[in-house]
Amino acid sequence: MTETMKHTLLFVFVGVMILAEGMTDFLFFSGSWNSALVILNMGLISAIMAIGVNIQWGFAGLFNVGIMGFTALGGLAVVLVSTPVIPAAWSSGGVSIVMALVMGALTVVSAVMITKFMPGGKLRTVVLLAVLIVGFFVYRAIFDPAVGSVEAINPALQGNIGGLGLPVLLAWPAGGLLAAGAAWLIGKTALGLRSDYLAIATLGIAEIIIAVLKNEDWLSRGVKNVVGLPRPLPYEVDLQSDPSFVERAASWGMDPVTASTVYVKAGYALMFTVVLLALLWMAQMALKSPWGRMMRAIRDNEVAAEAMGKDVTRRHLQIFVLGSAICGIAGAMMTTLDSQMTPGTYNPLRFTFLIWVMVIVGGSGNNFGAVLGGMLIWFFWIKVEPMGILLMELVTSGMAEGSALKAHLLESASHMRLFTMGLILLLVLRFSPRGLIPEK
Amino acid sequence: MDLLNALVALTNFVVVPGLAYGSQLALGALGVTLIYGILRFSNFAHGDTMAFGAMVTILITWAFQSMGISAGPLPTALLALPFGILGTIGLALLTDRTVYRFYRQQKAKPVIFVMVSLGVMFMMNGIVRFIIGPGDQRFADGERFIIKARTFKQMTGLDEGLAIKTTQGITVITAIIVVAVLFWFLNKTRTGKSMRAYSDNEDLALLSGINPERVVMYTWMIVAALATIAGVLYGLDKSFKPFTYFQLLLPIFASAIVGGLGNPIGAIAGGFIIAFSEVTITYAWKKVLTYGLPDSLAPDGLVQLLSTDYKFAVSFAILIVVLLFKPTGLFKGKAV
Repeated sequence: MTETMKHTLLFVFVGVMILAEGMTDFLFFSGSWNSALVILNMGLISAIMAIGVNIQWGFAGLFNVGIMGFTALGGLAVVLVSTPVIPAAWSSGGVSIVMALVMGALTVVSAVMITKFMPGGKLRTVVLLAVLIVGFFVYRAIFDPAVGSVEAINPALQGNIGGLGLPVLLAWPAGGLLAAGAAWLIGKTALGLRSDYLAIATLGIAEIIIAVLKNEDWLSRGVKNVVGLPRPLPYEVDLQSDPSFVERAASWGMDPVTASTVYVKAGYALMFTVVLLALLWMAQMALKSPWGRMMRAIRDNEVAAEAMGKDVTRRHLQIFVLGSAICGIAGAMMTTLDSQMTPGTYNPLRFTFLIWVMVIVGGSGNNFGAVLGGMLIWFFWIKVEPMGILLMELVTSGMAEGSALKAHLLESASHMRLFTMGLILLLVLRFSPRGLIPEK
Repeated sequence: MDLLNALVALTNFVVVPGLAYGSQLALGALGVTLIYGILRFSNFAHGDTMAFGAMVTILITWAFQSMGISAGPLPTALLALPFGILGTIGLALLTDRTVYRFYRQQKAKPVIFVMVSLGVMFMMNGIVRFIIGPGDQRFADGERFIIKARTFKQMTGLDEGLAIKTTQGITVITAIIVVAVLFWFLNKTRTGKSMRAYSDNEDLALLSGINPERVVMYTWMIVAALATIAGVLYGLDKSFKPFTYFQLLLPIFASAIVGGLGNPIGAIAGGFIIAFSEVTITYAWKKVLTYGLPDSLAPDGLVQLLSTDYKFAVSFAILIVVLLFKPTGLFKGKAV
């Protein structure tokens, strides 16, 4: 069996699993097309995130554990781009908020300038501290009242500065841009240091982004969540009340309710597939180009690449920004799919480390591997729970009815997820470190 | 009088919590720094090792409580602690034998070790959630306070009360004892010296006949003990929740790096630097300033620099500043 055959079969296997989910309720399958499409949609998004991480790790060897933060920024972009404009918020305090943020940025920039251009010594320290402290208090003095007045507007539904009222699809590239900006900032400071430090720095920035999203109510309503975000596809209820759709549903032999839900989800799946294919194509082209070869040369031997005249830190920054942007796009797509922004649900185990499992299992350095890993691991992430419950039922079948241990085992079966993912990661790293579809 | 009140308020809300939190971070950071010094990677599973140790201790505490064994005014968890340490040492040695040793023999790059530690983190997290569940567990018992706020007010006649929780006292005392024992071990015993030699220069240590596997084994045992103690103290002081322990990873790493990775004294200093910055920057200074300043200068607002939810941002900002200006940390750690 050739390599290509084997890899195609792996993709076919994932496809069959998802089809089986839709068709049969044997064992852990649910037999619902809705559930199959839900898995497929998140699988496609996970595959895109995995491509983003693969670009950073597989191409350039950068260890980024802040994927959650970039994903959340993508979600924020959806809120800022697509929700309707709230004129009252802008007239009452929105402008001051923007001014305050500009002030804050200016303070930081001037602090950087001072450290760069002033000769070192006591004077520099004093000036630097003075600029930072004065800047901070000016910033708070403008910022706090403005936030108060914005949050006072219709707090039950809004209380934030709202969005731009643009089509929601524009939010996807915007999410990429937002994530890229954040990545540039973090990369500028942390790249060029040791590899572990980048990992810890990204871990931190992700936590901070989530903290900002949870607490800055003026921005995206914090933990009050933004619900009912605009959708690129029609609402199920509207489809069900549309006579021509009901007629078509009848001709497919489905009742209108199921037909409408499946129709919308399939629509998302189609859109996500288009984005995935486009990004995959671009990633493949980049990998094959001289640029991609240079990246791998840097990854394999930084010192040699530097001796050849390559600017390693700049190239690292470039690829760090690109990979994070892809994660941002995926994050925006995910928020669009949920049509709500819920900062409380971002969890590093799910949004950062799971993506890493996908990349490692799929095959780091290979874009197809990342896509396969994304789809496959997502399927297992969803299905490990019913599998675990099945397993526990089997294990406990011999135990006395009503024993405390049996109840505990059955109840805890759903926590098998993290354990299984860790086990898969360790097994792959140990026995097949190049992954299912290794780098060529 | 006002100045005294200000001092008491400061001690009550900043100094005491900061000391307790700093001790917990210092113990955690010591574990991270020892792993970094000897095994040369950043152990992402450390937070979950702490959670595992705390979990074993909690289970044994519950067993003791149901048997009616207690430590009088002290929390029962202190009696259960040695068993928790033993359990965690077992787990740490098992992971080393089954997981890390392979990569050591392969001489894998540090980043591979970090990734492997991610897998270990997932599994430990899964085990902890599987056994004790993801929810909050309280297991502190015994006397709750060393000094109650009201007693203090009656004693001194001040307006401000000072409350010291038993757990805070225990945390600081335990931390001092543990650190003293650890430094005695590292500086005076043969094994400790061989560990330091191995950390300073691996090849030279091998040449002088130090057995690397033994050094690694002792390191894991010490790290497991430190992690369990830190985890139990944190759980006693606040409460036990698996996810919080995972989130402790960031301040712990920050402490270890700020002090200089691989340097034990740095880890302790780093722990207190991070803890006090977090507490002072997120504390609302209104009360202290109202007492301390003349009436005309008394503040209107809360004078809180950042809301408490941004405590991660504080440890992170310090981390970044130190990395930019002193990449090896304040106490000259090592950079591989």
